[in-house]
Amino acid sequence: MTDDLFSLLSPEGVLSDSADASVDLRGMFSDMVMSRRIDTEAIALQRQGELGLWASLLGQEGAQVGAGRALRPRDVAFPTYREHGVAWCRGVDPVSLLGLFRGTTLGGWDPTTNNFNLYTLVIGAQTLHAVGYAMGIVRDGDVGTGDPDRDRAVLVFLGDGALSEGETNEAFVWAAAQNLPIVFFCQNNQWAISAPYSVQSRVPVAQRAQGFGFRGVRVDGNDVVASHAATVEALEHARAGNGPTLIEAFTYRRNPHTTSDDDGRYREGAVTDDWTTLDPIERLRTHLTGIGTGEEFFAGVAAEEADLSERLRAGCRALPDPSPESPFLHTYVDMPADLEQQMHDHVEYVAAGEVDPA
Amino acid sequence: MSTAMAHALNEGLRSVMEEDPKVLLIGEDIGRLGGVFRVTDGLQKDFGDARVVDSPLGEAGIVGSAIGLAMAGYRPVCEIQFDGFVFPAMNQIITQLAKYRHRSEGTVTLPVVIRIPVGGGIGAIEHHSESPEAYFAHTAGLRVVSPSSAQEAYDLIRMAVRSDDPVIFLEPKHNYWLKGEIDRAATPAPFGSAQVVRPGDDLTLVTYGALVPTAVKVAAAAAEDGRSVEVIDLRSLSPIDDATIFASVERTGRLVVAHEASQTAGLGAEIAARVQDAMFYSLEAPVIRVTGYDTPYPASRLEGDWLPGLDRILDAIDRSFTY
Repeated sequence: MTDDLFSLLSPEGVLSDSADASVDLRGMFSDMVMSRRIDTEAIALQRQGELGLWASLLGQEGAQVGAGRALRPRDVAFPTYREHGVAWCRGVDPVSLLGLFRGTTLGGWDPTTNNFNLYTLVIGAQTLHAVGYAMGIVRDGDVGTGDPDRDRAVLVFLGDGALSEGETNEAFVWAAAQNLPIVFFCQNNQWAISAPYSVQSRVPVAQRAQGFGFRGVRVDGNDVVASHAATVEALEHARAGNGPTLIEAFTYRRNPHTTSDDDGRYREGAVTDDWTTLDPIERLRTHLTGIGTGEEFFAGVAAEEADLSERLRAGCRALPDPSPESPFLHTYVDMPADLEQQMHDHVEYVAAGEVDPA
Repeated sequence: MSTAMAHALNEGLRSVMEEDPKVLLIGEDIGRLGGVFRVTDGLQKDFGDARVVDSPLGEAGIVGSAIGLAMAGYRPVCEIQFDGFVFPAMNQIITQLAKYRHRSEGTVTLPVVIRIPVGGGIGAIEHHSESPEAYFAHTAGLRVVSPSSAQEAYDLIRMAVRSDDPVIFLEPKHNYWLKGEIDRAATPAPFGSAQVVRPGDDLTLVTYGALVPTAVKVAAAAAEDGRSVEVIDLRSLSPIDDATIFASVERTGRLVVAHEASQTAGLGAEIAARVQDAMFYSLEAPVIRVTGYDTPYPASRLEGDWLPGLDRILDAIDRSFTY
């Protein structure tokens, strides 16, 4: 199934000689472990009633950390709603990922601080925002200068389901025709909720790029080293002014679509078990152990993981409820008079319902 | 020298492009062709194809990429070729453009203008005469404006481009070639305000866009019957300038609202509801709507009678005075 994929770290943990020796394998391992921990804790919090919903990334840590670690600070990422591992690599406070799912916010972080945009729930809509941002980079002259501190690119994430959306196809048309500095990173986890990839396409994801006139690359998404190398190369290509790339990170969504989904209705557990044996974290652990990485490293990661889980649990419960006037405050830059009146009435109404603690 | 509304828009766009290098135009056929209505005529020649962008054919792409450009610090002005073709872009407008500032708690503003030629009366074929304003006015986060004259077009397009809120800019194509004087030095009325086009004491007639010149003719005809009709041009369809309408109705006690769009859940219903809520004891008669019908926009051979015209509006005024 995975024979035709670009791979550098085999399922047995053997690293290819062609892998970049300077890559920080320990850092990647740690990032994958933390990404999974965010996921595990969030699912637990959902089960405890602290979150309304969670979209799990289980099995996709290799693709996400590989791609996320390829970004430079000035590059800009446009995620779907499942890119918790990319958010982690981008330095977004993991507690802030929970607010959207807890219902304390519709966003959760300042997209300009880490160049990591807000999650996008409408499938494929962000591909066009990424195209527009890339057009802005071109107009700023921040592409193809050869100055690594100046050249920038956009990395936009999508799932295999998004490939069926018209807007994604428009994004491909625009990106190709204008040779934009953009990398489309498709995590083909093979499921659009219950629809398998075969419902959507008769060719592999990467092959589609050719029809639009740019490069498609197929990479083993459970191989963090290959995912990273492919994204680094595609971003370099984009920053240099050579245009877009579509990366297909072939992987598998081992959990249901979200915590509300029942994947037992549409797929066999045995297939998921097969993919468990291809786990991206265990693969790198095997390699690191094989090259003599000491136990103290793994213990350090485990300790950091424990701290993170503590922080997530406490942080989730401490997320402040938004104020009654908050929906009104950010809807317009210039609040219309009638909306101001609605806000005033609503705040008064809410305040009147408050029980005096005395 | 008198200027057609389409030229006033062109001039307004040119002036804001000169003032702010971050302003750019994006749309189908807006470059060498100058747009199918020539509103962008000559701008690509003068500002280059990086600032006047001939887009691929794809309305979602036009609006979606404008959102990304705005995130990158630009002020894009989109052109949608015809009203009936905005619907492929509705996802980007409603789920993305209108909401991103709110979702980002004010850290990201999207100063995007979407220009759409709207309305009928020009003998067009299907999907070229729609009045989609209520869809936009119903969506929080958008501002919706519509000029009716050359002066308003010049002022409003300049204000729309400078606005940090997303603006849906509806251009009544019936009025594109109506000419009027433009005072470029005048201080325009605030963005979001209605305008009393013709003062009167006996009845308030509220409309906007294509029907404003008709409303002025209605007022002249009513004057011959001894009725003094005040005509208000809304200009801003969201937000609605309640204060101007309420002040007028308080004096006249009667209100007729006219628009081309279908009646049900249209802006006329919104204005009627606001006025009866706030002005119940000032009203001498129920608020009456004169609108397009709740049908698809008809084949153009029928549009002359289908559209609210002088006689239908005068009939509504007569009806108001029967109470």
